[in-house]
Amino acid sequence: MNSRSCAIEVEQLVREFRKGPRAVDGIDLAVSPGEIYGFLGPNGAGKSTTVLTLTTLLPPTSGRASVGGYDIVRDGAHVRASIGAALQEAALDAILTGREHLTLQATLQGMPKAERARRAQELLERVGLTEAADRRVGGYSGGMKRRLDLALALVHRPRILFLDEPTTGLDLQSRSALWEEVARLAHDEGMTVFLTTQYLEEADALADRVGIIDHGKIVAEGTPTQLKEEIGSPTVEVVPADPTLGETLVEQLTRFGTLARNGGGAVTVQLPGGESQLAEIVRALDQAHLKVASLQLHQTSLDDVFLAKTGRKLEGAGEDEDER
Amino acid sequence: MSVSAAASNGVPALVQPSLVDQVGAVARRSVTRTFRQRGLLVFPLVFPLLLFAINGSALGAARKINGFPDVSYRDFALAIPFIQGALFVAVSAGTDLARDIESGFFNRLALTPLRGSALLAGQLGGAVVVACVQSLVYLAVGIASGVGIASGFGGALVLLALSILIAFGFAGLGALLALRFGSGEAVQGFFPLLFVTIFLSSSNLPRNLIKADWFREVATYNPVSYLIEGVRSLIITGWDGEALALGFGFALLLCVITLSLAGASMKNRLVRT
Amino acid sequence: MTRRFYSVARGVAWRSVHNTFANPAIILPSIIFPLFFLAAFAGGLSSISDVPNFDYKPGYTAFQFAFVLLQSSAFGGVFTGFAVARDFDSGFARRLLLCAPQRSGIIAGYAAGALVRWFVTGAIVTVAALLAGMSVEGDGVELVGLFGLGVLVNIVAALWACGVAMFLRTEQAGALIQMPVFIVLFLAPVFVPLRLLSGWIHAVARYNPATVALEAARGLIAGSPVKLALAFALLLGGAAIMSLWARRGLASAERAG
Repeated sequence: MNSRSCAIEVEQLVREFRKGPRAVDGIDLAVSPGEIYGFLGPNGAGKSTTVLTLTTLLPPTSGRASVGGYDIVRDGAHVRASIGAALQEAALDAILTGREHLTLQATLQGMPKAERARRAQELLERVGLTEAADRRVGGYSGGMKRRLDLALALVHRPRILFLDEPTTGLDLQSRSALWEEVARLAHDEGMTVFLTTQYLEEADALADRVGIIDHGKIVAEGTPTQLKEEIGSPTVEVVPADPTLGETLVEQLTRFGTLARNGGGAVTVQLPGGESQLAEIVRALDQAHLKVASLQLHQTSLDDVFLAKTGRKLEGAGEDEDER
Repeated sequence: MSVSAAASNGVPALVQPSLVDQVGAVARRSVTRTFRQRGLLVFPLVFPLLLFAINGSALGAARKINGFPDVSYRDFALAIPFIQGALFVAVSAGTDLARDIESGFFNRLALTPLRGSALLAGQLGGAVVVACVQSLVYLAVGIASGVGIASGFGGALVLLALSILIAFGFAGLGALLALRFGSGEAVQGFFPLLFVTIFLSSSNLPRNLIKADWFREVATYNPVSYLIEGVRSLIITGWDGEALALGFGFALLLCVITLSLAGASMKNRLVRT
Repeated sequence: MTRRFYSVARGVAWRSVHNTFANPAIILPSIIFPLFFLAAFAGGLSSISDVPNFDYKPGYTAFQFAFVLLQSSAFGGVFTGFAVARDFDSGFARRLLLCAPQRSGIIAGYAAGALVRWFVTGAIVTVAALLAGMSVEGDGVELVGLFGLGVLVNIVAALWACGVAMFLRTEQAGALIQMPVFIVLFLAPVFVPLRLLSGWIHAVARYNPATVALEAARGLIAGSPVKLALAFALLLGGAAIMSLWARRGLASAERAG
């Protein structure tokens, strides 16, 4: 991908904190215009630091990056004019109303006076906050705050949107609503979205491509399907009803695929033929009179990708991220 | 609003809102926030007036000290609420800014074309509006309680101007603390120290009547003494050129120092490439 | 008082004392403010002793010391209320309510913590006043009586503060805890004796219970006790009333869950 066709291009980006670790340790990535790029990693991986750097709020220690065709160090003002950002904290003023937030943002973005109120109303309608528009934000629910946050990021019609863990702490309904809006922005309006998340299903559901980051480095990158296929096929995990029959169970199951794990009372085997082999397995176990306590099919997930690349599961990994 | 030269390849030109627009927007927000949090407005009004009422009466006997000016103690004490009010403005302005930093709202502002100087001016502008209201209330209550303004109506206007200038300088201090430490708790932690400077001054007695040598020395070197004496001269003396010159002089110096330092801290805090 | 009451009280008191002394941001203001008031009032207003009919024999430093000692005692209790309010805001108070077998021990624990804090503050303020040249004409018994007054003021203020904090269960209660104590203290003869006050403040101070405690304290320092029985009676009565108030606050907190 050359820089002309990239909305975001990052080359060996490093961000090191004084007396601290390298939060971002030489990452390379490129995001095409109109793409939703999911940046997935545990707490402390370097996701938010990357976002703060790309949005010009943190200068990089070394490396280069361009956003919207502008260098993040030399052309910071142009970068900021091209992007909208909803950062990790919703960062709203509890005393102001939703409408006042939007009007303030519009004023600070240099929008002509005549257009501010109109744009505020348009965005309130878009994110479904018209009824709450003139209520103080302190009384908004978490979902409402996130929607307002998104609206504020869109006030000046940016071409590129940065969303830093936008659905953390939201209920399922609010999360789905936000996903829908993000997908619409990208697919209908051609907006480029750089989305950080620690939720696998969010990256799976939304992202056209995913970059997995751990300890400041990108450990894997590709479409969700590509990444999962790279790791391998689904696995089946079986726990025998009689623990002494473990070896017999291994014998039976390894007829269908390679042994992945044998321990903790469970036998796990990788299935090259996928879930279609499940019926055969059940028949074979039945014919061998092997009773099972449980049988579970595991589709490969991005968590498995993370596990394969780092030796750790994504969920539960990572300390608290110290961003600044 | 100004528009920079458009980049090539049809890239949108950079829009720079006017400084007036930016300052106005920030100041409007600052004032709105204050007037919507009644507690923030009521306490700085009530507390200094409460102290004025209590001390004005409790120290009434002080006027029997040989050499005390020939006015009631209440007249003498009215200058103090203006300085205490300025302190509250400082803490309030600082806490507001610190809260923006802590909550991440500062980052939101940093992502707009907002200039650091506009952000500072807007925050302080809001503080000045509050200081105006406070000063008017203190003056009105003072006059209603029987205090005479020796310098007349013109002097009352000069008094308001001086007290607002003092509040502006203190608000700069509040902003400096907020930008330097980025924490509302740190700003509030300085409040007692600032309060101490009012007591260690000529707030309760004229400097020449302070018996304890060390206290008189401290009060003499304490700039707050001259701020108080400047305000007080308009109430009990009339037009005292020296006191006014010192009062306005120190107030301006306070403004210059705090605003310069706050401006420098803003540059460091508003880190953007 | 049962063993469970004492064990709860001891546990809460230990935590209160530990948190206070382990955190300079908490202990330092409660030491510095009284010292500062002593310096500002005794130093800055010492000319008041030249006012005709000001005849307090030990001098103005001792005159102000009495006020500062009782004020530090009262505010020691107030600061404990802040800590209680913080515990409710953070959720720790709920933990206490859940595990304490005898919940009234919680109040006693907070009050005991306040007292320990004040012993340290009071000692430092006393030493500072003595170093500043304060003259004390009371004997040992009278000085014990002086500190006894301080103990009771601290208990009354701590129970008041605990009650408010438990009723409101938020740090925002700070102003409501503090202001009444502040007003009661400053509507007493802080700067001059009662007979040198005039106007409305004289009328208010005459009936202010804090005036009785303050005059009793000054009398003890001067070696001429005045209104001692009344002062102790008022403070003991105040402690009884405030313990009921605090208990009501605790009940309110229990009901809220």
